[in-house]
Amino acid sequence: MSTDALLEVEELVVRYPVPRGLVGTVARREKQTVHAVDGVDLTVRAGEMVALVGESGCGKTTTAQAVLRMVDPVSGSIRFEGRDITRLGQRTLRPLRRRIQMVYQDPYESLDPRLRVRAAVEEPLLIHGLGGSKGEREERVREALARVELSPPDLFLDRFPHELSGGQRQRVAIAAGLVLEPHFLVADEPVSMLDVSVRAGILRLLDGLKRSGLGILMITHDLATAARFADRIAVMYLGRIVEEGPAASVIRDARHPYTQALLSVVPRRDPRDHHKPVILRGETPDAVRIPSGCRFRPRCPAAVDACALEDPQLRRPAGAHPDQRAACILA
Amino acid sequence: MSALLEVQDLHVWFDLDDGGELHAVQGVSLAVDAGERLGLVGESGCGKTTTALAIMGLLPPSASVAGRVLLNGDDLLAGGEATMRPHRWIDISIVFQGAMNALNPVRRVGAQITEALELHRQAKGATAEARTAELLEAVGIPAARARRFPHELSGGMRQRAAIAMALACRPRVLIADEPTTALDVMVQAQILELLDGLCREFGLALILVTHDLPVVAHLCNRAAVMYAGEIVERGPVDALYHEPRHPYTRLLFSATPDLEDIDEEVVSIPGAPPRLDRPLVGCPFAPRCDSVFEPCSHVRPRLRTLETDHAAACHLNDAVPAAR
Repeated sequence: MSTDALLEVEELVVRYPVPRGLVGTVARREKQTVHAVDGVDLTVRAGEMVALVGESGCGKTTTAQAVLRMVDPVSGSIRFEGRDITRLGQRTLRPLRRRIQMVYQDPYESLDPRLRVRAAVEEPLLIHGLGGSKGEREERVREALARVELSPPDLFLDRFPHELSGGQRQRVAIAAGLVLEPHFLVADEPVSMLDVSVRAGILRLLDGLKRSGLGILMITHDLATAARFADRIAVMYLGRIVEEGPAASVIRDARHPYTQALLSVVPRRDPRDHHKPVILRGETPDAVRIPSGCRFRPRCPAAVDACALEDPQLRRPAGAHPDQRAACILA
Repeated sequence: MSALLEVQDLHVWFDLDDGGELHAVQGVSLAVDAGERLGLVGESGCGKTTTALAIMGLLPPSASVAGRVLLNGDDLLAGGEATMRPHRWIDISIVFQGAMNALNPVRRVGAQITEALELHRQAKGATAEARTAELLEAVGIPAARARRFPHELSGGMRQRAAIAMALACRPRVLIADEPTTALDVMVQAQILELLDGLCREFGLALILVTHDLPVVAHLCNRAAVMYAGEIVERGPVDALYHEPRHPYTRLLFSATPDLEDIDEEVVSIPGAPPRLDRPLVGCPFAPRCDSVFEPCSHVRPRLRTLETDHAAACHLNDAVPAAR
């Protein structure tokens, strides 16, 4: 693993206004805000895969959208390859965009059904005005297909998405990102729509790209996948990262009660495994009214009175891995 | 004694537009008893949902069905709609895949369940409303939320409502098709706990249709693994994991990452399932199998019972004497 930070997010805050509707506006109801991302620090290095895990609504997708500059943060900073991109205009961003590419969850929707593989993978080159002549572009398309192990490329170039399996489609979608030679990939649930038998293939492909030097931010709710493939895991709850560290330490020595509960409810393959799941009641509170003190307190099985007083910050728990941090006063 | 629900040699064919036929289910047999939880596992297109719909008699007109679906020994398929109708929703019920998103968006959740009760002449008026409150409580929805609209409920609560609706007529068999697939892991745990409780408390027989092996390992006592329209292995979940007798079962487990063994290699299964619109020769899994040998390419293996309640359709077991 190299040590150069590719992406550095500091104190990121993203809020959305809640529409009050006509009645609410006329009645001058109080304006409400969704605190989607509420102070997130995140670093991804070149050659590293970081998994951002958490339940729906925890802010993991919003964090990724902010990194991609698809939503504007209220405060905080996003640095990419050392350059502050938090406030860059769309025109200045454009050359940077090809360095940061996205892999979407559903390859059935992310590919244009009318475009052959050749055109789908070539399109990003045309949009960015790259690749030179037609022949040179074709060469780059072939290289990209080879990198995603769709070989020989001739077998795939003229096919339409509907002629491909789910796994092959996801490979084409990844190739369409790779053709721009990005340094950084954001993969949002890249295998959750795929069959079990092909998931490992896509994950190993991403793993290979990471080993070749790309930084990857993988958003997932699947802890077992994160545990196996990510170098580091960051667990989000209600807009905050509540625990992060090297994947193996977070999985084997989780210190935050939320991480512990999440890990305990992941079904294991072995039917003889009878560990007791810690099932949290209710749902994540909505991000409009964030509880005072520790935001996990109302659902926390370990909460004590002191948890109401302080909003705990990430710090290294005693005896934990040197790079592991948890936001819990009891950790 | 025969099981509560027994499916024998079920076949389903779909007519294709080009005049051909797709043999989606190719001789499936399974049984489930009161209080039992059976997992029906496989990848997309393996026929697990088609099997579930055939059991319910809910396939479209383009499908032809053969075989028997026995409820306490009575064949529900024997007389078509006339023999199926008295039992559908009443004795056998299903929670469809995505049911939580199929609730009527403009009607209150409670009213939708009351309507189901009245339609099936289970109860009327105040009795039906009382029964609705009872059902909602059984699935863990606070009575006050009966007056909410579906969009006012979380995904987990909507899934509970869909389960309550399927249970409206007190069925003895419940089929749940991917009931936790779109849910977060914590909500999944809550729904699995609910299904487990329903089986234990009310003796409900559950058929859990899913692609998720760990979910089956967690909730079910027995499972049937489907591939290319047939059951390739069937048995207690413990035996399927610890002593799989079909390479597909073994490979599916190794393709699934596990928190207990995070350094383990996770391996994909190369290739894709065969097309079912043409006759299959030999073992349907042979082209993807890592243990393929001489007979696999031309002799189709039959599902054979190898040990008590453990059967597999694989030539590797040819030398094993059949068990009872």
